[in-house]
Amino acid sequence: MTETEAALKALMLLGLDGDAPAYRLLLSQLGGRLRVYFERRMRDAPGDVEDLVQETLMAVHTRRATYDRAQPFTPWAFALARYKLIDHWRRRKVRAAVPIDDYVEVLAAYAPEPGSAMDLDRALDTLPERQRELVRAVKIEGLSLAEAGDRTGVSEGAAKVALHRALKSLGERMRGRADG
Amino acid sequence: MRTDDLIDQLAADPRAIPAGAVQRRFLGLAVAAALAALVMVLAWLGTRQDLAQAMTGRMFWMKATYTGLLGLAGFWALERLARPEGVPKKALLFGALVLALFVGLGFGQWLAADWAHRRSMMMGGSWKVCFRYILTLALPGLAATLVVLRGMAPTRPALTGFAAGAFAGGVAATVYGLHCGESTMVFVGTWYTLGVLGTGVLGAVIGKWALRW
Repeated sequence: MTETEAALKALMLLGLDGDAPAYRLLLSQLGGRLRVYFERRMRDAPGDVEDLVQETLMAVHTRRATYDRAQPFTPWAFALARYKLIDHWRRRKVRAAVPIDDYVEVLAAYAPEPGSAMDLDRALDTLPERQRELVRAVKIEGLSLAEAGDRTGVSEGAAKVALHRALKSLGERMRGRADG
Repeated sequence: MRTDDLIDQLAADPRAIPAGAVQRRFLGLAVAAALAALVMVLAWLGTRQDLAQAMTGRMFWMKATYTGLLGLAGFWALERLARPEGVPKKALLFGALVLALFVGLGFGQWLAADWAHRRSMMMGGSWKVCFRYILTLALPGLAATLVVLRGMAPTRPALTGFAAGAFAGGVAATVYGLHCGESTMVFVGTWYTLGVLGTGVLGAVIGKWALRW
């Protein structure tokens, strides 16, 4: 890699000084590398690869004054290629879109079961009113035990005990349903 | 066209490119932008009455140094941003430091001053026109810089446009000092800074669509 960088840079410097054969060699060697670069990134549109190779070579030629002789050549050339690639995507309005069909199974694995929220509501309804209030306040609304106790009119300690009981019986009920 | 044919065509007669071509283009632009602003000052605004005397004072040169350094930061940033892989970090940091230092000193002086003087220190006699004049004087330089940049290889159009605006604005604000008789740091720190940054914002807005290639 560093060897080819040194070789390409040497050719570029000769080209900048007006050496036509060296410049020609540079463009054809770079062209091969650009083809690999674009082929890897445009598997969905292999027909456009050669267009981008040519566009990039033209940019290398017309904008070669922006190459800083003190800097390596490869990053400069591939920054041009990258710009052309992004520009190509923008023009085609391809924003890395992937058909959703490919992911249906993955998405399904993460989706909540349709009935689960309803089941929870139904199970909650079977609890005594005070316990139900507590579970809603602490576990669903996220209040502290003291705040939830205030709301239902009991001390923090009593709220803690009641919540514990409520969760225990809820758990039993949900589990019972799953088994049945 | 086949790629090999294209390469033959491009390599047929490569014109030699001298080293430092980019810097030279921007130096030329700085001179052209300054001349355009100077012509506008002479033909339209006129120089300040006490120019000869003011040029012997410290404040005249402090103003010119401040805006000149802002323009230099723009120049430096452009020299990086005109290249596809250029990173303008140091240049932007330099510009921000110059700005923070001068504006900080200006406001320090202002806060230390007597209440009665503060309003006139800040507003001077020309705060209403300062921003507008600097922006107008900068327009030819900004337009020319954007045209030249289109032939280079900027890959960050909005930021490059901003740097072009700061560059043209800095040059224009420096020339504007020949007309403007304001002599407090807080005035320059506020209104000149706004003029230069405003030109930068205009450059960013235009650059966002004009600097694509």
